[in-house]
Amino acid sequence: MGKYILKRFLMMLVTIFIIATLTFFLMHAVPGSPLESDRNTNETVQANLERFYKLDQPLHIQYLSYMQSIVTFDFGPSIKDPNRTVNELLARGFPISFELGMITILVAVVSGIILGTMAALRHNKMIDYAAMAFAVIGISIPNFVLATVLIQQLAVNWNLFPPATWTSPMHMVLPVLALATGPMAIIARLTRSSMLEVLTQDYIKMARAKGIKPMRIVLRHALRNALMPVVTIMGTLLAGILTGTFVIEKIFAIPGMGKYFVDSINNRDYPVIMGTTVFYSAFLIFMLFLVDIVYGILDPRIKLHKKEGDV
Amino acid sequence: MTGKQIAEELARTRLEDGADLDAVDHTGKRGKIVQAKKRKTVTDERILSVQDLHVTFNTYGGTVQAVRGVNFDLYKGETLAIVGESGCGKSVTSNAIMGLIQQPPGKIKSKGVHFKTQDLTKLSKKEMRKIQGVDISMIFQDPMTALNPTLTIGEQLTEGVKQHKNLSKAEAKERAIDMLKLVGIPNPDERLKQYPHQFSGGMRQRIVIAIALICEPELLIADEPTTALDVTIQAQILELFEEIQAKTGVSIILITHDLGVVAKIADRIAVMYAGKVIETGDKREIFYNPQHPYTKGLLTSVPRLDLAGGELKPIDGTPPDLFAPPSGCAFAARCPFSMDVCTNVYPEVTTLSETHKVDCWLQDPRAQKLIDEQAFAR
Repeated sequence: MGKYILKRFLMMLVTIFIIATLTFFLMHAVPGSPLESDRNTNETVQANLERFYKLDQPLHIQYLSYMQSIVTFDFGPSIKDPNRTVNELLARGFPISFELGMITILVAVVSGIILGTMAALRHNKMIDYAAMAFAVIGISIPNFVLATVLIQQLAVNWNLFPPATWTSPMHMVLPVLALATGPMAIIARLTRSSMLEVLTQDYIKMARAKGIKPMRIVLRHALRNALMPVVTIMGTLLAGILTGTFVIEKIFAIPGMGKYFVDSINNRDYPVIMGTTVFYSAFLIFMLFLVDIVYGILDPRIKLHKKEGDV
Repeated sequence: MTGKQIAEELARTRLEDGADLDAVDHTGKRGKIVQAKKRKTVTDERILSVQDLHVTFNTYGGTVQAVRGVNFDLYKGETLAIVGESGCGKSVTSNAIMGLIQQPPGKIKSKGVHFKTQDLTKLSKKEMRKIQGVDISMIFQDPMTALNPTLTIGEQLTEGVKQHKNLSKAEAKERAIDMLKLVGIPNPDERLKQYPHQFSGGMRQRIVIAIALICEPELLIADEPTTALDVTIQAQILELFEEIQAKTGVSIILITHDLGVVAKIADRIAVMYAGKVIETGDKREIFYNPQHPYTKGLLTSVPRLDLAGGELKPIDGTPPDLFAPPSGCAFAARCPFSMDVCTNVYPEVTTLSETHKVDCWLQDPRAQKLIDEQAFAR
């Protein structure tokens, strides 16, 4: 187990290195510079600023100094907003984005699995058709469209929930709903089809022949096996939810990381781009690593480590 | 029985069992079979009585009549083999008894499937669960898929007793260890914590048997228990069945298409064809004196090592379409003795002995002439 984690950790470092490098060169390939603006700045001032941010140096020197900032995890101050360091921005924005993301995942996974399981158990009945119609709609509607519809209907027209910001649990309902519906629909469909397959397996028939209660057959015998494909796509869904938070945060005026991320790219704010991208990638890669471990827990045939004496 | 009587009985059985049976018994351990047989006792207590069982399935293509009126009885301590080719309704019959037919699409009609005094077809699902795994157990064909890959052997063994017999964790574990010992799995204590993929095929089938037996059922339905195993393991598993039957007195319904298996452990045989039992009899009657042409065909299609140079003799033709089964005898189209009456009217049961019954027009006195004319190559 320890060896496996170490190996995965080293692989994670390599991945982050590649992402950082790609981000750096893409960033510089985009025309424009953080110091460009509509204001007419004095040429000397411009040159001084460039020197200060080391933008006058050759690209490889800049690359090295960025790499250094990643290793020390000190990205320095933002260029657009020199009073704040990138680390401060992360510290302020990330907990909120994290909260939004985690609640969304929780809601999507739990409700998706319940919906999918119910649909499978009532195969070709009303509940099944209703759940799958709902799932198709959920997959088809982009979260930003859903967000605006939700705001219009539930917040503006019916006044049930506050339309924006992130201050109380009531404020969380709409953004989480908007963000979770898509992944939930995907999980529900996947759980349903995988559950239907598992329910035809011999070991389910055998459990029935043993006279085991139906509830236990579903929860203990079927669900665990049916969740394998769901766990497999969790990685992709996580990435989707994380990037989804950017848009949703913007729509609901949630002060998370998404705002800084999008603004930093528009402003070519190099340190902030680097900081947020690397941080986000590292987080995502870590989550994928967790998914792999969950996989091993669910299915004993997948061994993360080799124990002695195994047949 | 006194010791002397047993000895005499043993000698007689050996004699009777002699010559021909080992032609189908390819395991070559005849002596042992007879000994095992001696230890068990078949009683007159009827444990299962299936009367006119019909099972149909509604599909998009129409209604399949998988089982079309099956009758048989089973006595305590007895092994009944149900034989027949693929698709003849053997497994559907056993699933129907076990209450494993999903309704719909399946539909069960019968004049009663009585387990002791209860009619199983009249029980609710909840009442049925009190019988499933407790009084009647089932062993499935493929041990590679019959065990849940994500649960430990221990959990799969004990969940039944825990639910049905209200045993504590420790008691259930103790019981599980005893069962694993009974089916011959070494280090049961450690093995309980392992998962199915850590066992070989033969071991898994032993575990499946242990699971089936843990609640001490009175009836064990084994649906092709050795088909998925290789021949040496088959022999071991069959011996295990005999040993268990001798120890516990459980009645066994053995579903199989392997006549070697039948010759080894069955007491009585029911031959099924196209959803009906066409001939029943005890082992000797079926093997030495088969009456139905299909039974004869089955027996002659078994590869034999003792007959020189012979090619395999298959039964020509294919089984009938069960979407629209014929009104007469379903075998008529493939039967070398087929008469006009065979295709139109289903024959009545002819009782040849207390145990031997056959559904065939050839038993009609008027058909005797035909038999005399054509010698049936055996």
